[in-house]
Amino acid sequence: MQRIFKILFLLLILNTNFANSISAENSSKLLTTDWSFKGPFGKFDRASLQRGYQVYNEVCASCHSLKYVSYRNLSEKGGPEFSVKEAKAIAASFEITDGPNQDGEMFTRPAKLSDKFVMPYSNEEEAKSANGGAYPPDMSVLVKARAGGADYIYSVLLGYVDPPENIKLDDGVYYNKYMYGNKIKMPKQLSDGLVEYSDGTNATEEQMAKDVTSFLMWTAEPHLEQRHKTGFRAIVYLIILTVLVYFSMKKIWSRVETNV
Amino acid sequence: MSDHNYTPSSKFGKWFNDRLPLLTLANHLTDYPTPKNLNYWWTFGGILTFCLITQIITGLVLAMHYIAHADLAFSSVEHIMRDVNYGWLIRYIHANGASMFFLAVYIHIFRSLFYGSYKAPREIIWILGIMIYLLMMAAAFMGYVLPWGQMSFWGATVITNLFSAIPLVGESITTWLWGGYSVDNPTLTRFFTLHYLIPFLILGLVVLHIWALHVPGNNNPVGIDIQKPSKDTVPFHPYIVIKDLFALLLFMIVFAFFVFYSPNILGHADNYIEANPLVTPAHIVPEWYLLPFYAILRSIPDKLLGVVAMLSAIFILAALPWLDTSKVRSAVFRPLYKQFYWILVIDVLILGYVGAMPAEGLYLLIARVATAYYFLHFLLILPILGKIEKTTPLPLSITSPVLGGSADLAMAKNTDVRKEKL
Repeated sequence: MQRIFKILFLLLILNTNFANSISAENSSKLLTTDWSFKGPFGKFDRASLQRGYQVYNEVCASCHSLKYVSYRNLSEKGGPEFSVKEAKAIAASFEITDGPNQDGEMFTRPAKLSDKFVMPYSNEEEAKSANGGAYPPDMSVLVKARAGGADYIYSVLLGYVDPPENIKLDDGVYYNKYMYGNKIKMPKQLSDGLVEYSDGTNATEEQMAKDVTSFLMWTAEPHLEQRHKTGFRAIVYLIILTVLVYFSMKKIWSRVETNV
Repeated sequence: MSDHNYTPSSKFGKWFNDRLPLLTLANHLTDYPTPKNLNYWWTFGGILTFCLITQIITGLVLAMHYIAHADLAFSSVEHIMRDVNYGWLIRYIHANGASMFFLAVYIHIFRSLFYGSYKAPREIIWILGIMIYLLMMAAAFMGYVLPWGQMSFWGATVITNLFSAIPLVGESITTWLWGGYSVDNPTLTRFFTLHYLIPFLILGLVVLHIWALHVPGNNNPVGIDIQKPSKDTVPFHPYIVIKDLFALLLFMIVFAFFVFYSPNILGHADNYIEANPLVTPAHIVPEWYLLPFYAILRSIPDKLLGVVAMLSAIFILAALPWLDTSKVRSAVFRPLYKQFYWILVIDVLILGYVGAMPAEGLYLLIARVATAYYFLHFLLILPILGKIEKTTPLPLSITSPVLGGSADLAMAKNTDVRKEKL
């Protein structure tokens, strides 16, 4: 019995390490911070998500889309939890193209809660031509799409340092300590005091990086809180059931005296 | 089931059973005499049935929301993750369920290897099992393509390209498989169709697998033939049912940890990037459960021979009942085989590890040695071992251990708890 446990556990660890060793390709050790969403009871920090949205909106949104996220998500449970009124106001501050109307014409109107986030460019080619040939990736699932996850995004945002002397950079290419291959076409974005947080938080570089990364973690995993909560209940339920079944099994097998 | 005389007690039951003997079948399944010394390694058959049913049910729900189209597949998966009620849960169960399925099947296969369950008279069960395993790999591979992420697309490209190694007609076959000149929308739609079909083929094979099992009955840790029903057996219900359930619940706890607390750890981050035929990922790696075969494929410098080696690595298992010449089933009584068994386990783990690493330098060398050893084990060591190995004496029955224990079978029904260590 205990042997089974041990072996199962070992297999588990083996697999996990395996997956880790495959994904851990980066040579520099990533920066990290006290993420509130880590661990089995992790939750998002609402204030941080709201500030993160502000950073996204004021800094990232001019190039990076969030095409899978809708304005209604901003007021949903488990996210930044803006009030419905606030979310409506945020939506209404963007113009989207709708149509065709009865005359067959396209028209613009303020965005509604049901609309997806407005994209900065109308297509990939436009995005590329505006950014020196580099395509600013959609950020909806970016955190999950990079080995290292939130730590990686956080590190890249803070990883702009002077390049080592032996490295020559072309125009429009920047050196980043944590970026895969160390070369990045996005210039350094964050600097102290770049945005003015409405809740009075001091907008240091680290603070903004943390807030926007938290926000992107939420856009990538909007149901993370529900997942953690459901998981806890499911596992507690399973453990209780397992114990009950274990004793039933002992009782039933005692009739044939073989050790179970 | 011919050994079974069963008459339903009710009149309707009898009437129905005379026309369709479902009740006889149910009675057979509950009464099925099972060796009472089965250990927990024998619970994985039940666990695998659970895995298959879980995959089919979650898969059906996913198919209701998924769109098999190159332009829409990725966003339809995101739609499932965000907007479908509990879509995230269904998808994470399905994705991690594949990994849990393989974890269980590997334990199941290696249990069979240890206790010699593939030997006469169980060869057909074993071969059906290998066919199930092959279909599982096909289903898992095609399922991994459906989200149409970078690893989906490039994994599909690498694997389908293997067919181009076939002499003369290789290129045509690849084009035919793709439905075009590269992996594209036609490839995706046919993969989806096949991914939907294969689990039901597996289900059919599972029925045959269990049917074939119920003819000779279960092997057991001692590996000797037993009288059934006898003092050595217990009815399947409730004894084995409750034990399988207990093991299944433990398995589900591990499963739940993956689903709820690290749902993406077994996947590759690149698969959250939408497929792009113009950008090749730095490393193309299959899912963990295919890595040993991937290592074998890459360890051979020639493409065609690599494919042949990879396929042989699987098909050689089907010949195992004839390659293993030993008459003794269980490794418990085979001191030499037991050691080679564990060397094989380590060899396969090493192959899995190097399969995940770039095929160069030391990794490539290790992969080659491990590949050579894998074939050596089946083609040379096993046939010779059966001839030269001096096995330890077998007990007469599973209730009479060969050393020291009392063979008093009347004791078997007693309630005093005599611990029998086998």
